[in-house]
Amino acid sequence: MLRKILSGIAGCRVARASRVLVSASSPKQSLKVREAGMVSPTRERRALPWQRMLSRKDSRWQSRSRLVPYGLMLVRGRTALLLLPIVAGALIGGEPAKLGPDQMAKAARTDTITIPTPGELFAALQKPGKPNWTGAYRAPIPTTYKNRAQLALNLGGLIADGFIAVEAQDSQQVKNIGSDVIKLAKALGVSQNILGRSNSINDFAETNQWGSLQEELEATQNEVKNSMQSHSDQDLVILVSIGGWIRGTQVVSGSVAANYDERSAKLLRQPALVGFIHAKLNDVSPDLRNDPLVKNVNDQLTNLEKLVTFPTGKSPSPDDVRKVNSVVSDLIQQIQHKPEVK
Amino acid sequence: MKRRFFLAMMFVLAAAATSLADTDAEVNARKNALDVAGAFTNDGFKLRDGHWCGTLKAQDHALIAVNLYAGNQYWFAVGATDPAKKIAVNVYDETGRLLTTDHYQGSDRAAAGFSPTDSGQYFVSVDLVEGGSSSFCLIYSYK
Repeated sequence: MLRKILSGIAGCRVARASRVLVSASSPKQSLKVREAGMVSPTRERRALPWQRMLSRKDSRWQSRSRLVPYGLMLVRGRTALLLLPIVAGALIGGEPAKLGPDQMAKAARTDTITIPTPGELFAALQKPGKPNWTGAYRAPIPTTYKNRAQLALNLGGLIADGFIAVEAQDSQQVKNIGSDVIKLAKALGVSQNILGRSNSINDFAETNQWGSLQEELEATQNEVKNSMQSHSDQDLVILVSIGGWIRGTQVVSGSVAANYDERSAKLLRQPALVGFIHAKLNDVSPDLRNDPLVKNVNDQLTNLEKLVTFPTGKSPSPDDVRKVNSVVSDLIQQIQHKPEVK
Repeated sequence: MKRRFFLAMMFVLAAAATSLADTDAEVNARKNALDVAGAFTNDGFKLRDGHWCGTLKAQDHALIAVNLYAGNQYWFAVGATDPAKKIAVNVYDETGRLLTTDHYQGSDRAAAGFSPTDSGQYFVSVDLVEGGSSSFCLIYSYK
């Protein structure tokens, strides 16, 4: 195949050379090839002095037998030689070098893999420098909401709070949040399976196992989501993810707005992620979609999708960061707000 | 009537057994993926709790979208089950361009390591390079 491609280039000596190299399988044959020579003696004899100089200095990297000196190759031959590894790679390697738009559009997208955890976002945030994690704490939120959509959104936000407490390595805060998570889960009727998780969170917090705590927090969130799915509450699952994403984005945008850094600001570039959760939210039942809080979150996601869309390699300006922070902070206020009972 | 009922029951049992076998295969594939990912957790990588399982035909590939953050390091680990002989993991950026990654290659397991310079959407492809149709499972870890 390779030989065919190379032979296609008219006058390409490399093709001829590769033909000889391929056919010369034994040392004996290779010797014959060397004796045969690829450059005619007459041509070498007629070569000008500068050509002979060039030939002498020519590298022997093509083969030990100096089949085709680089200096004597035609431009086409040189080009073909440079393209050789690329062509060979494309022919030998199984994976396509580029995905088509259709393939990308049809790619699987799942809640548990496509949506990153707040822990991933926070891990990236602390690469340029350690943020003030305790400064990102918020006052305890109510755990007795009547609205199930609000409960689900707050559950996601609380789990993000758990990740913040883990980053701050604050075991008491982790335990407090773990306890609130269980209260919200109970209110949603999904606590039976996660009581064990609550004990694990407390154990890990007491023994300062921060890495395990991050995994346990995500496992708790997934257990709640699985329980929702088995109780025909699958529409609430995306609300848990959205709640976590909004709280995580609030913390990151707040931290970047307070101490602007281009590298950290780039973390806010998440157009596909917002597009995905927005699309999932549009798929929920009309009843849930028309819930005033959910409707508002949905409207603000349209706004946020624009705010977190900027070209690769470009950082959002401090003003852009403040705009994102303002929108998500408003949303958090609405999500955690409990109307007073008259 | 009884005979029809008996046949229907046999069909249901056979279908249940098949689906159970698929589940077992995915569990084994996940176990293989966890074996690979376990090595990275020793290096400080945190394992995501979620996973993505499915089946692959010979010479076919499956693709999933992920959202990654610049500055983090990621390892995507895949496990497969018999009759898969060789699987591969590749990462593409949001324009569909194949990215250079670190690779781990076993027979029924593979992994690709990658540190994005831009936050955003990426695609992870699981390729069944050699062997017959089999189950696979993908998990990932980050630090």
